[in-house]
This record gives sequence, structure tokens and C-alpha cells, in this order.
Amino acid sequence: MKRRDFLKASLGGGATLLGAGTAEARGNLEPADEAIGMLYDSTLCIGCKACVSKCKEVNGMPPTPLGDETAWDSAQDLSAQTLNVIKVYSEGEGDRKDAVKDGYAFEKRSCMHCVDPGCVSVCPVTAMRRHPKTGIVTHHPDACIGCRTCMVGCPYNVPQFDYDNPFGEIHKCQMCNQAGVERIDKGEMTGCAEVCPTGATLFGSRKALLEEAKRRMALKPGESYNYPRGDVRNPESHHEMAVPAYQQHVWGEKEAGGTNVLHISSIPFDKLGMPPLEERSYASISETVQHTLYSYMALPAIALAGLTYVVRRNTDDEGGDDS
Amino acid sequence: MSAYQPLKRPVLTLPFLALSVIALIGTYYLALRFIHGMGIVTNLNGGYAWGVWVVYDVVVGTALACGGYALAITVYVMNKGKYHPLMRTALLASLLGYGLGGVGAMIDMGRYWQFYNIFTPWHMNFNSVMLEVGLCVATYILVLCIEFAPTLLEKIGAKGLIKSLNKVLFIFIALGVLLPTMHQSSLGSMLIAMGWKVHPLWQSLHLQPLLAILTALTMGFAVVVFEASFSSVGFRRRSETPLLAGLGKGIVGLIAVYLLFRFGELLVNGKLGLIFAGDLGSLMFLLETALFVFPLVVLSSAKYREHGPLLLWASVSMLFAGSLYRFNAFLITYDPGAGYSYFPSVPEIMVTAGMVALEIMVFLFVVKKFPVLHDAKHA
Repeated sequence: MKRRDFLKASLGGGATLLGAGTAEARGNLEPADEAIGMLYDSTLCIGCKACVSKCKEVNGMPPTPLGDETAWDSAQDLSAQTLNVIKVYSEGEGDRKDAVKDGYAFEKRSCMHCVDPGCVSVCPVTAMRRHPKTGIVTHHPDACIGCRTCMVGCPYNVPQFDYDNPFGEIHKCQMCNQAGVERIDKGEMTGCAEVCPTGATLFGSRKALLEEAKRRMALKPGESYNYPRGDVRNPESHHEMAVPAYQQHVWGEKEAGGTNVLHISSIPFDKLGMPPLEERSYASISETVQHTLYSYMALPAIALAGLTYVVRRNTDDEGGDDS
Repeated sequence: MSAYQPLKRPVLTLPFLALSVIALIGTYYLALRFIHGMGIVTNLNGGYAWGVWVVYDVVVGTALACGGYALAITVYVMNKGKYHPLMRTALLASLLGYGLGGVGAMIDMGRYWQFYNIFTPWHMNFNSVMLEVGLCVATYILVLCIEFAPTLLEKIGAKGLIKSLNKVLFIFIALGVLLPTMHQSSLGSMLIAMGWKVHPLWQSLHLQPLLAILTALTMGFAVVVFEASFSSVGFRRRSETPLLAGLGKGIVGLIAVYLLFRFGELLVNGKLGLIFAGDLGSLMFLLETALFVFPLVVLSSAKYREHGPLLLWASVSMLFAGSLYRFNAFLITYDPGAGYSYFPSVPEIMVTAGMVALEIMVFLFVVKKFPVLHDAKHA
């Protein structure tokens, strides 16, 4: 991944080139106090798409048919009608579950609920908000002007605009806690975690989920482990399974400041289509640059004062300028 | 008697009518966009949220409209009064270009009926580069209107008003230099948050605002040279080459500084190898760099600089260079990942073409009816 390598170099290099510009640097945001999240374990996912179906039911969205096939939802990617989708990795013969070579694996795509969300940082009208307590990233169409900067500013291409509607809006996963649904506020869990038959999508606090992910990392492949279903803090049930050969990598622990939705897998994440991200969030770099230039509007104010003085002098020189 | 005169030629010419046909086609597709949504007209998708409407109309279009900005710096900051004759043409082109940018932004805005939220303090997100761009561009359009007002007032003979306006005009001229500096650099800063999707040859992170403002300036000066050379050829007016050649020297400095930072960033971050990777990115980079180097070579030589056609070509090359820099970063080498591709649809291109046609039509109309062009006798 050349982008991965070069971006890593750029992070340090850019700052070096500008010299001491880092003094006021804003670092990554920290996880919210009671951050709510999900843990997706790709090795447990059987691709049944019960989560896709439940998500559409909760959010009142129609299934996406593929050709004449209307028996089940065939959404291929996130869209204005699909906030959660299961994608497939397939290589060679594609018949060995969770094998890189000649294997296949599933990967969930939905909002990662970034700890330092790009969409929140770039939105000019505060239509994307991170809940101070739960860390849930919500969208507010009443504020949104439809500029779609959130879409280009999201490292995961999550926010989706409804282009086919003349009065369309941005759609994204809001962890089933948007006005009118409020499953989290009511003490329930997200729809996708609730219906997952294998516990591949697990609900809980970010902290508890990160612990659970690390516990699984530490297990020996082949060992038996009692996998929970539903809410990691209070599982509905468990099921015993042999531990797969996990990649020693919890996606979302650190990537671009981390995410509240964590992923683990036995396939390297770049092969599952995860973006080339470093630990520093782009939002923090962007805001550092912006706030260095526009701190208290001091630089623009000084520049304007200087310009006004110079222009005044130079127009007077011409003895009543005529333009 | 003003030194500026309307160009007394008929408005309804064949090119004008041809332009109006393009504008009409654009209007038709624009109507479809508002009736059925953007999907029916554009090829935008979940990965490519910004297409030609944003990247040409706003990002490239406003940079092409930096003539007024560049000339204001020359005349009022550097105090080179001899360039003043070019001012009204440059201001008109800037006003139209920024107008196109503003209209383009509105057309592309998915929820345009709520656009005013950007002006309401309780909605503003001061971390957002887009907010800075939006507010700054909107203010600059107003400033351009005020800067251009004397031309219209002169036409209706409102001498008193012109006199009062002239007393405070220096404030607006100063703003007219500050505001483009702010939002043109911010257009570069927008690329920072786009992160890994921007090709490494264009993702300079902290240097984005600097590279953006430098290229905006080169484009601004280039457009001044282009407009003046072209109108002297197109309208068969007296050549202003000696005047323009002076600007050329300043442009050389700008391009040199730009290339220094551009290649310096690639060197420091070990990205020079990507230039020869042989992929789309490296090809576009080489093309873009060649377009910057050609005017550098032409304008560095006193002999070439005085040569009208070469000067014109140098300015054209520079306009393409700066435009390509933006197109490359925002669209051509922009890659949101597997599964997404974008090429503008014909209707999408026609909307932009229609707006550009309209812009040119208004320009032609105004220079023929209002005192914009400088009278040769007074030069």
C-alpha cells in the first residue's frame, strides 16, 4: 500500500517543512467518557445478513433488490437506503473460511463512529455531531445544506447522500439512537447486534469491547472459547467455538484517533477494504492548520489593517483614483 | 471624460448566439436537476461526492477568477499604477467567475433551500474549512460588486455617488486582497481532511494552503495577461504587450517559489519516486509540471516576454497548470477506494458549459455597453 507508507512520512515531514508550526497543534480527540460501540468479529460472521435486514426495519428503509431476485436484500454497498452492509472477501478458489489464500471472509460496513470524526470536523453547519457522553455520531438534516463535505471528509465513505430525491438528505448509521428510535437511551442495544445469531456483532461500551477484543487476541488458535451474543456486558447467551488465527490487530483501537466500532479478523484489514490510516486523525491536522491561521482572527485582522493602510496611501498617491 | 469606454460593437453576434444555445441546453438539464434530484443529471456517487460542479465551478472557477485579486495586489499594494488600465476588465471577470462559483455551489448543494444556515451563528462550525470558504467567498462577491460599482454608476452618470464611494473604496480594495488570500488558501486546506483519498503527490497536508494560494496567484496573473492579450487580438485593439511583459517578471518569481515548495515537500517526504511510477498519478503530475515550467521558461527571457503570442501561450499554459493542479488533487487522481468510479455525465458537463457560456455572454455584453475597457488614447 503505497499510500499508507507515504502518508506516514507526510505526517512528520509536512510539520518539519513548516518548522515550528506544531506548537498549537491539536492532537486527536479522546474517546467519550461512556463511549458506546460495537465489536465486529469477522471470523464469527456467517454472512446471513440478518443485521442488514434488521437495520432496514429499524430505520424504515426498503430492501435493495439485485435484478429479479427480490427474496432477500442484495445491497452491495452503503447507500441512502443501506446504512449497514455485509461484504465478502474472496481469493482464488474462495472456499476456505477466514483464509487469506483460496479463502473467503465477511466484513461489515457501517459507520465506525470515529472518536475524532472527520465528518463532524468538516461540516460547516454542525449537522454532524458527536454525542459528548456516548460518542455516537449523529446527523441533523434540519441543519444540513447538502454540501457533502462529510462524505469526502469521512475516511470510510460512510455518509451517503440521496441523489435520487430532489429533496434528499444524508443518511448514516446513528447507532439506532436517532430521534424516534432511541434504542440506546431506552436501554436497548443496536438492531444489528440484537439479531446477530453468532455474536459477530457485539454491542457494549467501547472499553468493555476493547477488552473483549484483546482477550480474543490473546487466545491460542484451536482453543475453545465461549463467545457471547448481544451485549458484551450482559450477554443474552453464549456459544462455544474453536478460536481462529486472529490477526493481532484491533481495527479502531488507534486508527485515525480510534473508532467506537471495533473490528477483528483473521484476514489483514487492507484486504478487507479498510482504508490506509495512521494514528493521527486528518481532522486534527486540518483543525491545527485552520486554527493556526485563524486563531482569534488575529492574522486576518493584522493583514487587513496593513492592507487598508497601504491601499489608502497608494490610492492617495494617484490623486483621487477613478476606479 | 472617463478613460474607460464601452466597446461600441453589436451585442448579437454569431458567437453570442452560439453561446446562448449552450446556455439553453445547460438550463434544461439544470431544470431536471431541481425537479428530479441530482442523480438524474450527474454521475455522483457514494465515493465521489464532488464532481465537476464543485471542482470546476467552485475550486477551479474561482481561481480562474483571481485576476481582480492579482491586479489589486499589483496596483494597490505594490503601487504599480501603470497597470491600472487593466483593472476594470479584471474586476468584471472576477465578479463573473466568483458569481459562477456561488451559483455553482448553490446548484450542487443537496439541500440548497437551507443554504442560509451557513450564515446563522448557532449553526457555524468554526473547525470547518468549508465554513471559512463559504463565508469568505460570499463576502468577496459582495466586495467585488462594490469594487465594480463605479463602472455601472459612471454609465448612469451618478457622479455624486461615485465621489462618495471613492472616499471609502480603499477599505473594499483592502478586503478584496485579504478575502481571496483567505479562501483561496482554504480551498487547499479542504484537501487535508480528505486524507488518504487524495493522491500522495497532491496530499501535502500542512502545505496545502500555501500551494493553493501560490497557484491561485499564478492563475490570477495569468488571467490578467490572457484577457488583455486576447482582447487585443480578439477585438483588434491596441496591443498591451509591453505592459503585460512587466507582470511576467512577477509571475516567474511566483512559479519558482511554488515549484520549490512543491518539490521540496515531495523530497522531504520521500515521494519523488512516485513521479516516475508510470501510473495515472505520475502522468498527470508530469503534465501539470510541464505546464508550470513552460511559462517559467518563456517569462524568464526578456526577449520571449516581449513577444505577444508567446506571452499569450505562456499565460494559457499557466491557466491550465493551475487548473490541472486542482483537478488532479480533487478529482482525477482522487481515489475513495475500490468500487467507486466517476466520470462526469454529458448533462453534468452541459450544466457547467452552459454556465460558463452565460458568464462569457454577460462579459461580452457588459464590455460592449459599459465603460470597462481602457481607451487606447488615454493609456
